Amino acid sequence: MSTSPSDPSQTATPGPVESSIRQKLNSLFTPAELTVTNDSWQHRHHAPMRAQGGGNGETHFSVTIVSEAFKGKTTMQRHRLIFSALSEEFAEGLHSLSLKTKTPEEIQKAAAH
Amino acid sequence: MLRAALRASHSTIRTGLFSAPSVSLARRYLSQDTRAKIQDAVSSTPVVLFMKGTPDAPQCGFSRAAIQVLDIQGVAPEKLKTFNILEDTELRSAMKEFSEWPTFPQIYVNGEFVGGCDILLSMHQSGELEELLEKNNVIPPAESQPSSSPSGSS
Repeated sequence: MSTSPSDPSQTATPGPVESSIRQKLNSLFTPAELTVTNDSWQHRHHAPMRAQGGGNGETHFSVTIVSEAFKGKTTMQRHRLIFSALSEEFAEGLHSLSLKTKTPEEIQKAAAH
Repeated sequence: MLRAALRASHSTIRTGLFSAPSVSLARRYLSQDTRAKIQDAVSSTPVVLFMKGTPDAPQCGFSRAAIQVLDIQGVAPEKLKTFNILEDTELRSAMKEFSEWPTFPQIYVNGEFVGGCDILLSMHQSGELEELLEKNNVIPPAESQPSSSPSGSS
């Protein structure tokens, strides 16, 4: 691997938190699409991250998830579902999730335009 | 003001009811009293933002984005109150409980929780945010008040 050590998102093996996020979201929402990206390296200089020595490298993630489970729910309800699914991770140091939550229908509609 | 109030009530709890601070302190300390104070605070100003840092010096990209969106929407300074949750760990954990939302920023409009950064951004893009702010008299309706240049600095 020729990637810089400051960018762990480029490394091959996801960390335990990332794996656990994937596993929980997969089993709870049976998503048609799920992308989990670790953005932690971009945030390691932030005050709260500095306070924990830069964090454990698994503090900030982006999640794009497409699932039927979101049908008829507002964005806030969708985000709350995800937050509660990952409450253990939040309790253990997960700091931020950037969320895109869609239904397969919404994706199709967007693609039709 | 809220900060002082929260602190006062918190220290009362600590010295009074619970002598040993515990892991579950965060849950316990959101007493009816604290809850009422937060509800007052989020209702006191049309738009209330709990953020990392200040509008002039946001300490996180997501908080910065929230401030920028409110600026673009033309929310007047007197209609916006921000709390820097990095300066007040008690307020920070209280707001996680109160909003039932684990991250910041958190945005309230007329006492109602709107959501976090992602929701604010997508509502901004879809036009829902403008609608919501107009409906709550935070910004003047688009038609009835044509631009007397309310846009401020870009």
